[in-house]
Amino acid sequence: MKEEIIIAGFGGQGVLSMGKILAYSGLMDDKEVTWMPSYGPEQRGGTANVTVILSDEKISSPVLDSFDTVIALNQQSLDKFASKVKPGGILIYDTNGIHNHPTREDITIYPIDAMGATLELGNSKAYNMVVMGALLEAMSYKLPMENVIKGLKKSLPERHHKLIPLNEQAIEKGRSLLQK
Amino acid sequence: MDIKDIIRPENKVYSKPELLEEVHMHYCPGCSHGVIHKLIAEVVAEMGLTDKTVGVSPVGCAVFAYNYIDVDWVEAAHGRAPAVATAISRLWPEDVVFTYQGDGDMSAIGTAESIHAANRGENIVMVFVNNAIYGMTGGQMAPTTLIGQKTATTPYGRRVDLNGHPLEITNLMAILDGTCYVTRQSVHTPGNVRKTKAALKKAFENALAKKGTSVVEIVSTCNSGWKMSPEKANEWMAQNMFEKYPLGDLKNL
Amino acid sequence: MKEEVRLMKGNEAIAHAAIRYGCDGYFGYPITPQSEVLETLEELMPWETTGMVVLQAESEVAAINMVYGGAASGKAVMTSSSSPGVSLKQEGISYIAAASLPALILNVMRGGPGLGTIQPSQADYFQATKGGGHGDYHLIVLAPSTVQEMVDFVGLGFDLAFKYCNPAMILADGIVGQMMEKVVLPEQRPRRTDEEIRKQCPWAANGRENGRKRNVITSLELESSRMEVINHQLQARYREIEKNETRWEEIDVEGADYLIVAFGSIARICTKAKEIAAEKGIKVGIVRPITLWPFPTEAVARAAEGKKGILCVELNAGQMIEDVRLAVHDNLPVEHFGRLGGIIPSPEEVVKALEEKIIK
Repeated sequence: MKEEIIIAGFGGQGVLSMGKILAYSGLMDDKEVTWMPSYGPEQRGGTANVTVILSDEKISSPVLDSFDTVIALNQQSLDKFASKVKPGGILIYDTNGIHNHPTREDITIYPIDAMGATLELGNSKAYNMVVMGALLEAMSYKLPMENVIKGLKKSLPERHHKLIPLNEQAIEKGRSLLQK
Repeated sequence: MDIKDIIRPENKVYSKPELLEEVHMHYCPGCSHGVIHKLIAEVVAEMGLTDKTVGVSPVGCAVFAYNYIDVDWVEAAHGRAPAVATAISRLWPEDVVFTYQGDGDMSAIGTAESIHAANRGENIVMVFVNNAIYGMTGGQMAPTTLIGQKTATTPYGRRVDLNGHPLEITNLMAILDGTCYVTRQSVHTPGNVRKTKAALKKAFENALAKKGTSVVEIVSTCNSGWKMSPEKANEWMAQNMFEKYPLGDLKNL
Repeated sequence: MKEEVRLMKGNEAIAHAAIRYGCDGYFGYPITPQSEVLETLEELMPWETTGMVVLQAESEVAAINMVYGGAASGKAVMTSSSSPGVSLKQEGISYIAAASLPALILNVMRGGPGLGTIQPSQADYFQATKGGGHGDYHLIVLAPSTVQEMVDFVGLGFDLAFKYCNPAMILADGIVGQMMEKVVLPEQRPRRTDEEIRKQCPWAANGRENGRKRNVITSLELESSRMEVINHQLQARYREIEKNETRWEEIDVEGADYLIVAFGSIARICTKAKEIAAEKGIKVGIVRPITLWPFPTEAVARAAEGKKGILCVELNAGQMIEDVRLAVHDNLPVEHFGRLGGIIPSPEEVVKALEEKIIK
């Protein structure tokens, strides 16, 4: 098994931390993992992206040109990465603020209203976990939820562990977006 | 009376400090470094610190200080002695670490290291020999060179418009919260030598007591660089240097 | 502390490794993309646990001279920086090498010249392997390609530095510094006691304990005939290091038609490129130098035998390629491919370069 994933959006949407939680969850599931960010001024409100690879085998390049799954959380990211999905791969994007929708027919596309779902939950900080839920549901690799919880515990500082139930709820909410 | 009756231990009034090595110093006749080395050697031995003292020598005339005083030494790059001393002092907190620096080392190329080590309050002693000139490289202008003073790079005398003002780095050190003792001394008379020795002893005591940084400036001559006889150089120093660099304690906590 | 599996950035891993390998002191100055080393150390507060000293210096110059002082006193000390900061450290590194002191220096390379960019680069290969500062000297240069190697090379770097009384450098890039991977942190190695240090480093300047003869650490010798002897001693040590410590990795070299030589994280991009090339029926082998100095000259020469060409892939304008060419004596085509300015080439780009520059 090998999943090559890129998560792209605005800085501040929790892109990097979602990648970290995903990578840690994979690690808890005994996978080899890499987490490779774009860094620098992009950390301050521009576009941010992170490549996460989960694999049974040792991972070679942490930098990729094409992906099994692309998650795009704004128009720039969608424009940049929709073409980078491997044929037969998955594209998940948040429809809020999107005016040019993807048209590829050789991939599976999941438009989701992640922002709307987050607002229903009543805590905007849970946004990235809603997106994570959609990803976990969409991937052919089924990451057991118990290892995702372990990943959350490892990623979050102790003082934020009280937020784990909220994150779990957000992940379930995200899963439900694809089940509709 | 035979001479052998006179040369007896009980008649001995003075001897070379045990920590001064039996070698010829490379310093010019009349140079202040020899006296200052002797005082450090005396203070270290008298305080019983021989086996826990580490000196850090500079680049400048005193670069070979490690050949003369019988303690452990590290020879630093130009200006970096306070950084070198910082690490040794922090890693061996029971040791007493001192730097020995000239005016170029302390107040030109090493200004940042001097100020920051002092500002952090490192438990070190900084011995600062200020003779207002670069002795080793052949008598060029130092930050502490006086206005009007002739050097190899101010052949017509230092000018404020060309070269800026003499830098009183010791005064700067005195206002830093990290320093506990900042003093300015000289070694041109027996009385001044005694005062300087007392100042060095106090500085080493401060380091032992972990009170912070002690700075002992010693206003000195460079008769070769100044192109004067040793005696004339001492007179010139008293007449000209002390006005800009007055002797005495600047800070004593 | 027991062995532990964690997910962390290369830079964070360096900090954990320093503590766990019993480092006595770290002296650094913030610079992107490696500030997490100092930040992580300050957060972990090792002075409360192992007794390790951590100090934010006033400059890179001060930091390397603190390392010089600490090393001169026999302690296991290190610093870290990124390219512009490592340029500032060069004088101090030359002194450390000249005085035959063990120390560890990490360079998480960013693009230059000048202030350059904060994105990844490998453009300090020349600086690290050919001297960097003044005078005839060498650092032992280790090039990690994974976060695990960032950890391992802290231990290896200190071991080699103390074995040969010579400074070692970990030459990493922004990729391996900033990426997170699974990493196994080693069990805590206790710091040496002062007595152990005095025994292991009888040359160190830390006070004439028990009235021993004084130690002087210096790189100055004005008498030419004596200075020549010192230089010859250094060179003899470098020959010894070349003989014993050359390290490299080979991937599918046997049976390949083409060779890629690459170091650090770029070698991993090339490994992926090798897989893509294989799907096209192009057989590629990879040699990854692990020690950049000493360079695995013989290994590259052996691997090149019977090959049709070599592509050197580096994040610079062509630096390691000079050592590769020296290794193979122009017996086969050797070409360079690299991206500059902080751009990381994709595996596909590497395959394309191989096709255009070597296969043709």
